[in-house]
Amino acid sequence: MNKKKLFNPGLTEREKMQFESLVKANMKRAYFVALGFLGSEDDAAEISQEAFIRAYRNFKKFDKTKNFFTWYYKILKNLCLNFIRDTKTKKNGFLEVEELNTTVDDPAEYIEKKELHEKLEKALIELDFEDREIIVLKEFQQMSYKEIAEMLKIPVGTVMSKLFYARKKLAKKLKGII
Amino acid sequence: MNERFVILLQKYLDNQLNSDEEKELFALINNNEKLKEEFEEQKKVQEVLTKMKLKNPSHEFWDAYWTGLYNKIERGIAWIAISIGALILIAYGSIQAVEQFFRDTQTPQIVKIGTVALIFGLLLLLFSIIREKITTSKRDKYKEIQR
Repeated sequence: MNKKKLFNPGLTEREKMQFESLVKANMKRAYFVALGFLGSEDDAAEISQEAFIRAYRNFKKFDKTKNFFTWYYKILKNLCLNFIRDTKTKKNGFLEVEELNTTVDDPAEYIEKKELHEKLEKALIELDFEDREIIVLKEFQQMSYKEIAEMLKIPVGTVMSKLFYARKKLAKKLKGII
Repeated sequence: MNERFVILLQKYLDNQLNSDEEKELFALINNNEKLKEEFEEQKKVQEVLTKMKLKNPSHEFWDAYWTGLYNKIERGIAWIAISIGALILIAYGSIQAVEQFFRDTQTPQIVKIGTVALIFGLLLLLFSIIREKITTSKRDKYKEIQR
């Protein structure tokens, strides 16, 4: 990791160090959330970094008693939404099937799993952003309902209901495969 | 959709149901064919999603992530400094040029008047655009979504 110090005359040394450790603690989560939203590894890295840059520029405004990721998430989500609206990039295999990494002896089973994997990727990307968001946060980031509710500023019951309908839409898209 | 069913279903999928809630859920499902279908469908989607995970990049990627971010922050600040410097120099140069132009006794008065009108017009236009941008931004309900 880089030992260089961040430059920003508006921030104290303590704040710069604090920001650095917050980035290091949250960068994986940020990247994976962006990957789930955008479906491209390069775009996920680019957009999650851009969100950190904006967070850095506005770090003075961040209430240090609050959860950093909840604050950062708003920036990230807006950037992802803009990016999706403005660009149509190729999605490049952003999911992996855990079982496919180990040996699958039966070639038919391998093909079946690979097909399911590809169709799920396509179905996820085709979902509305709100539906994709809830699935990415709950199923791929394993966030609790409470965490998601805080991040999206909605009641826990609404999170559950949104997740239910998002899965339902996904099931519709995967009809005939599952 | 039955709200209680949705809550119980989510708890079931997360393995968080206690025995009473489990009985309640299965009573709901067994008495309603539609709910049973929903239950099966949700379970299948959940099973598929559980098997998938987002692709994890290499260790090198994570090392480069922070370095890349650091460089971008540093360059961003450099560009801001360059822009401020350029703006100051351009403003200073422009004032000097205008001053010299008006001091010049060789230039006809009509050209000077025309230049004043042109500069005034340009400044007014600039002011109007900036004011419109600020007013729109204040009233914009979707200003958090950056365009």
